[in-house]
Amino acid sequence: MHFEPSFHKRYHKALRDQAMIKAVKLGTGRLRGQRATAVEAVGKERWMEFRDRAEAIRLHVIQHLDQYLEQLVDNVLKKGGHVCLAKTGEEAVQYITSLAKKKNAKAIIKSKSMVSEEIHLNPALEKEGCNVIESDLGEWIIQLAGETPSHIIAPAMHKNRLQVAELFNAVSEEKLSTEIADLCGFARKHLREKFLGIDIGITGCNFAIADSGAITLCTNEGNARIISALSPTLVTIMGMERILPSIDDLAVMLSLLARSATGQKLTVYNTLSTGVRNEEELDGPQEFHLVIVDNGRSKLLGTKYEKVLNCIRCGSCLNACPVYRNIGGHAYGWVYPGPIGAVLSPLYQGIDKFGELAYATTLCGACTFACPVKIPLHDMLYALRNDKVELEKKGELAEDIAYKGWSAVFATMSRYRFSVRMARRFQFPLVKAGKIAYGPPPISEWLKHRDMPALPDQFFHEIWPNLHQDRKE
Amino acid sequence: MHRRGKNLKASLFITCIADLMYADVGKSVVSVLKRSGVELDFPEGQTCCGQPAFSSGYYKDTAIVAKKIIDVFENSEMVVIPSGSCAAMIHHGYPILFKDDPIWRKKAKDFVEKTYEFSQFIVDILGITDVGAVFPQKVTYHSSCHMTRILGVEEQPKILLQNVKGIDFIELPYSFDCCGFGGTFSMKMADISAEIVEEKVNHIISTGADVLVGSDLTCLMNISGRINRRGIPIKTMHLAQVLDQRGEKHAF
Repeated sequence: MHFEPSFHKRYHKALRDQAMIKAVKLGTGRLRGQRATAVEAVGKERWMEFRDRAEAIRLHVIQHLDQYLEQLVDNVLKKGGHVCLAKTGEEAVQYITSLAKKKNAKAIIKSKSMVSEEIHLNPALEKEGCNVIESDLGEWIIQLAGETPSHIIAPAMHKNRLQVAELFNAVSEEKLSTEIADLCGFARKHLREKFLGIDIGITGCNFAIADSGAITLCTNEGNARIISALSPTLVTIMGMERILPSIDDLAVMLSLLARSATGQKLTVYNTLSTGVRNEEELDGPQEFHLVIVDNGRSKLLGTKYEKVLNCIRCGSCLNACPVYRNIGGHAYGWVYPGPIGAVLSPLYQGIDKFGELAYATTLCGACTFACPVKIPLHDMLYALRNDKVELEKKGELAEDIAYKGWSAVFATMSRYRFSVRMARRFQFPLVKAGKIAYGPPPISEWLKHRDMPALPDQFFHEIWPNLHQDRKE
Repeated sequence: MHRRGKNLKASLFITCIADLMYADVGKSVVSVLKRSGVELDFPEGQTCCGQPAFSSGYYKDTAIVAKKIIDVFENSEMVVIPSGSCAAMIHHGYPILFKDDPIWRKKAKDFVEKTYEFSQFIVDILGITDVGAVFPQKVTYHSSCHMTRILGVEEQPKILLQNVKGIDFIELPYSFDCCGFGGTFSMKMADISAEIVEEKVNHIISTGADVLVGSDLTCLMNISGRINRRGIPIKTMHLAQVLDQRGEKHAF
């Protein structure tokens, strides 16, 4: 897909796509409504305790990531698995493509993995002549459309059922209706057949358990479970931070993940898989490869952004965000959209390329409060703005000068009072019937959609002496 | 902890937006606090809390102004601010600004500890839940983001509103959703901001209220700006203006 480097252009394109915005508003509205109901059922106080516990678990893991990685790797190897520690996305892709070549794999079936999107795995496998099929319903829809996910847990949220019917009809032998049940039925039948001839199965990873080497997969469709059971060769891709110390920690995380993501008490299928099947087991892979991807994560350790590694990819900050709800996910430009994407994209891909995303927020803080693992997302957005200003001193010259001037005026009362009186005296060419009618940018941008009152005849500091007089009487 | 109860001394930090655009709100703030028995002063030299520069990432420029503000209120026993986001800026932003400066960090901490948002001051410090206002109108209330999420002041303005005589208070659906202002966001990304404020205005219309009340003038400027542009007959008022209503004799 062509990458449009200007966020400004990307979101304007999104705002014009009425069908997409309507679908995103519907989808996010439903998800955040369900989450609110789930939180209410738990009770606000208990929910806060849950978040505190989850935060503590995640912080502990991140602070001891080296130890837990080592323990995880040891346990996976002990159980007969192979491990690839990939410093970059390219390294991970290369490992998996060479494995595919070695296995002479033609049919590859995947369950949902945001990391695989991050490292652009599918195009690389296709280049090797593999037929890659996404088995998550949403992922399959966007695969058919040739698009990328627009939401972390609902990748095809931006599509409506008419668009989905059109995509399915292109691969269906018989004409499908636009009823959701029919469309799901077709997807199930079509995908079910694909599971039978897998050469390599690829899954993501919700949590890797360090002390057992087990991989936790959470899906509502059961597709990841089928893949982990039926693939002769199984590859699991995970971000290096997605570790929990033990299965005890999973109880907290699973209940928070499901409630935050969809408002469910628990995701429908929760699978714990320890890789290669042993002699007594009836299913499971003969070969298991765990690909642990760094790709920019380790450089955040020890920085003020470290806490972003707490993320468990529930997507609730997206649903909470008024900006996401109005522009959808693709406008963010990289694999992770919404507030978490606005933080991760500049951190992983460079502030020069994605720094603009730090301004794609009203700083309302809804993301921080939706986050089950208490990542201070809106604080990080402030910090990224500060980093951008400090890094690019001359980034936006007009703004640099404006704030230099602002601090010079607002730090001295006499300058402040003089400036605002001058503004009031000379605003008249712009004023019409008590309102600002015209103005240079950025005021003109405000005036496109809203009125702005003119400066009134009296400032408060001018009337205070009279008010004060009244008080004394 | 500060002394609680009536007959307290406090300083007013009017904020730049109220000073320059909404002097009437300032008048009401003074009148309500005066009726509640507060001895109020207005320290010279106050300008802006620094929020515009801070939110734009200009921390160094913000610190210059923030130091000035801290100095201005150095001798104040308590500080009252009729703006949720400015109070949140002081409570949350100032410690970030001065985290590496031990002297100013301490000064900022002292300032934070004595600074209260208007409704928080009346309910939590003065211990008043009914200021004796009369306002027989259909009213709804927008919960501003920084006041609720960052400052943690959620119930106080609603308690005060619900105790106003004659008021018909209607809860606003999605009251906690952002109005789309976001400081420079409203101008930098004006078209997204417009979509967000449009949603807010539609929620307000759905309540059937005649008056929208808020505790943050910048949110109110944004929402009323859209309401007026659409020509909808809904009035927007700061909480202090409602609490300053005394029935027919002083109709708004």
